Amino acid sequence: MAVVFDKPHALADVPLHYCPGCTHGIVHRLVAEVIDELGIEGRTIGVAPVGCSVMAYDYFNCDMIEAAHGRAPAVATGVKRSDPENIVFTYQGDGDLASIGMAETVHSAARNENITIIFINNAIYGMTGGQMAPTSLPGQVTQTSPYGRDTSLCGFPIKVCEMLSQLDGPEYLERVAVNNVKNVKNAKKAIKKAFENQVNGKGFSLVEVISSCPTNWGMTPKKALEWIDEKMIPYYPLGVYKDRSAEK
Amino acid sequence: MAKLTFKTDKCKGCGLCVDACPKGVLALAQDKINQKGHHPVEAVNEAACIGCAFCATMCPDCIIKVER
Repeated sequence: MAVVFDKPHALADVPLHYCPGCTHGIVHRLVAEVIDELGIEGRTIGVAPVGCSVMAYDYFNCDMIEAAHGRAPAVATGVKRSDPENIVFTYQGDGDLASIGMAETVHSAARNENITIIFINNAIYGMTGGQMAPTSLPGQVTQTSPYGRDTSLCGFPIKVCEMLSQLDGPEYLERVAVNNVKNVKNAKKAIKKAFENQVNGKGFSLVEVISSCPTNWGMTPKKALEWIDEKMIPYYPLGVYKDRSAEK
Repeated sequence: MAKLTFKTDKCKGCGLCVDACPKGVLALAQDKINQKGHHPVEAVNEAACIGCAFCATMCPDCIIKVER
């Protein structure tokens, strides 16, 4: 019998602390599969964020660093520049990348740093208990917007891919989702391209992954995946937002 | 005929694999509780499995091994 599917080597064989049905685990696995397929585990260094995925440093078999809240792209810049042979990726949530770490995100993109960023957008602060995030949808009920996000008071969600695509710096920006098998396979392709870009020295690649948070959305895991289709994807359309290799 | 292997103790009983399966092979074992306190997934109709690995693709905890 041939093995069709098994745990990738780059993913540590430990229980993940995430809630049941949280799609962080799927994205962890996709990153690990790509590291395996490119054969770069020995020279890959990951940078973990602050947020639900703060303990990502325990879940990958490559070397990992924990950055201060939001500073993962700055840490990754240092690691990459000190030895460009390293393959450096950051794994960040929306509270880390799109809120406190916005400056580091924008400037590393503007500099076209040769790093890979995996950005998990689940429209809420998961670890701290479900508060409104910069990416929470208009009208979305959270702990700190119990009547729904009021855009006249709290402003509008930040669309990271669209915003960064206005810069001349970034090499590759794509938004994907992991709410069904087809989207997971597309997400894998995008993550692989983001790593390949770095291996080939092309520059800043960011993949935004629309992810679920069943616990803080107050839904079953199945309903949360449906909610991505119904609410998240219409507001955050999937697709490639910048790909300079396609422009050339 | 495909073979499914589960790391049952890591299963959190989210059921995403059950929903992803096109052949109705999987179900959460309502009469069992694993060491994490969840009803783990089990193959109730393994003979119908076509080895597509959709279950493993959607499993957030990477507990399913698929052989064909």
